[in-house]
Amino acid sequence: MEEKNMITLTIDKHEVTVPAGTMLLDAAKTVGISIPTLCHIDLEGTCVQNMPASCRICVVEIEGRRNLAPACATRVTPGMVVHTNSARVIRARKTVAELMLSDHPNDCLTCPKCSDCELQRLVMRFNIRQMPYNGGEQSERKQELTPAISRNMEKCVYCRRCESVCNNVQSVGVLSAIRRGFNTTIAPTFDKMFTDTNCTYCGQCVAVCPTGALTEHDYTNQLMDDLTNPDKVVIAQPAPAVRFALGEEFGMPAGTIVTGKMATALRDLGFDYAFDTDFAADLTIMEEGTEILQRLNKFLAGDKDVKLPIMTSCCPAWVNFYEHEFPDLLDYPSTAKSPAQMFGAVAKTYWAEKMGIPREKLVVVSIMPCLAKKYEAGRDEFKVNGNPDVDYSISTRELGRLIKRANIDFANLPESDFDSPLGESTGAGAIFGITGGVMEAALRTVYEVHTGKTLPHLEFNDVRGFEGIKEATIDLNGFELKVCVAHTLSNARKVMNALRAGKLNYHVVEVMACPGGCIGGAGQPYHHGNIEILKARAAAVYREDEGKALRKSHQNPDIQKLYKEFLGEPCGEKSHHLLHTHYFDKSIH
Amino acid sequence: MKKKEEIKLACTVVQQVEEICDKHGNKPGELINVLHECQALHGYLPEEMQRIIARKLGVPASKVYGVVTFYSFFTMTPKGKHPISVCLGTACYVRGSERLLEEIKRILNIEVGETTPDGKFSLDCLRCVGACGLAPVVMIGEHVYGRLDVKDIRQILETTAAQD
Repeated sequence: MEEKNMITLTIDKHEVTVPAGTMLLDAAKTVGISIPTLCHIDLEGTCVQNMPASCRICVVEIEGRRNLAPACATRVTPGMVVHTNSARVIRARKTVAELMLSDHPNDCLTCPKCSDCELQRLVMRFNIRQMPYNGGEQSERKQELTPAISRNMEKCVYCRRCESVCNNVQSVGVLSAIRRGFNTTIAPTFDKMFTDTNCTYCGQCVAVCPTGALTEHDYTNQLMDDLTNPDKVVIAQPAPAVRFALGEEFGMPAGTIVTGKMATALRDLGFDYAFDTDFAADLTIMEEGTEILQRLNKFLAGDKDVKLPIMTSCCPAWVNFYEHEFPDLLDYPSTAKSPAQMFGAVAKTYWAEKMGIPREKLVVVSIMPCLAKKYEAGRDEFKVNGNPDVDYSISTRELGRLIKRANIDFANLPESDFDSPLGESTGAGAIFGITGGVMEAALRTVYEVHTGKTLPHLEFNDVRGFEGIKEATIDLNGFELKVCVAHTLSNARKVMNALRAGKLNYHVVEVMACPGGCIGGAGQPYHHGNIEILKARAAAVYREDEGKALRKSHQNPDIQKLYKEFLGEPCGEKSHHLLHTHYFDKSIH
Repeated sequence: MKKKEEIKLACTVVQQVEEICDKHGNKPGELINVLHECQALHGYLPEEMQRIIARKLGVPASKVYGVVTFYSFFTMTPKGKHPISVCLGTACYVRGSERLLEEIKRILNIEVGETTPDGKFSLDCLRCVGACGLAPVVMIGEHVYGRLDVKDIRQILETTAAQD
């Protein structure tokens, strides 16, 4: 039966047998032939996919066929004889790349994508040593610097990966090709600036851009200034997902956990204190978990008006998404701020008072796997007299660059612990960085607080994994708690549309905007379409959790102390003021 | 913070646009047909109209804008009551259509792609209307004027303007 669907063909000198329907590109991979690609991306197992076969970098020669064929979009046929490296193929590929260079700025040395650029890699691979078509007219393109994303369309190669991700993966629909011919460009709606559209700053366009057209807004120079300013006290809070990816910037295998090295590196960079957003993740569970229980108790008491499901509110791109697209449903998400913002609020009140540091002297820097966090930090409601709770946010990649600039030999750094009291965390905080993680962390606490029993199994396997929408049912003393976990905004839209239609039957919903959650965030080292990198990071998240002595947020001793000394009760008056927020109708239509 | 886009279209126009979308079953594949009819209705496709169409057909506004900017037929600037198209195709060009264009620009005091302040005339160029035997050709509205001479232009424009 299986035999019938298998096809045998010849690729270079190899006889290859693959299932019918396989593309030549994938068939070649099975015998170790890696055909170069540019526009193609396929993050298998997620919906991140772009295969327009438009760049023609992957062309191969097929015997009996007049034209060269794109390997990414040509299916295998029985007896096909394919040459992936004939002189004709190599010449054609080189010419295609040379033509791209003819309309590409020649400033690789200072390009933010230098050494991580897929076009640059192709040029090296094809041994292009001069630009035969240079010197002609270059198309004029828009540039823009938003708080999160930097856009320089002169470097666009029209692969349209950003457009695919913005429309198909995120369903935000901001980016589209406009105009035609030489004037074509990929632009936000009505050729406006990102800031005038419903862009959520999820940054997934940046995560897939092969060149320097879309990159992050870099805050490292500002950070260097603050670190060397003797009048400032600069404190760091790295997000849960950063420690599972930062090592990749230094050539370590994906999935290496670098928590201790990162804490040392932060101090070596000149941060006065190296704290941890994981601490604030535990704090988030206390607040959000309490809010979940409050709404559930109302529901169980027969209150018909209680807003269920309650939805997580940690992901800043998701917050932007529902403020733009679902202003009628703003009562559903939890009012809890994100961990990063909770950290800032606590650091600039509780800790600053304790240490006697005036607010304006204190600089809180978040290190995030995320670009939307840069936008979130600048939100007006997170400022006190114009002074933000989190001064600014840098990405995992930016931290990597800073460490390299400071001559720190990261791989050989000794490990150290985070500073106290905003550095202690549990395993529940660690798993915040992955799809399903916030839900799992919340369930560990909600279960124990609600039932008064100890959880028999800490792992909620139903909410783990890369499936787009996951569901689970948890028995809370006879009450069946139904939960749902969605990642990517297109899946979030499905959930929200069902809610709007009154057809959503859950009590708690978790949403993260990026594929895989924060481990696949737009501020992480570039994955270049390799799903194995995300899988390795995911495995590392759960290893870190298992290695923790404490794995439930409510057991964190420093969190207990924070409530005793300062906050009082979860969702109490002080918490409400410092740790909760409200949402705005930002719809355009 | 973003400002809300003001809806400037008249309610009747909004309703007509929605009806056109409904007539085509609100199918994303009908986008180009819908744009054609909406432009015929309103003369041009302003941003608000594209947003309405996007919402009705369930496609991103950025895609609608992408299609509108791809095809030269679609326009986002209001056309005059009498849109003028000067053919600059090979046959018309060699028979002096560029001089006709200059004369029209001079008389109406507008550039190509612009509309007169009174909204009567707008000026565009095109490449061949398929009437090369009549070169040089100028179209005003649906009317084709062939074998034109520069000295005829003022008379034609005045007669057209007087029709209103």
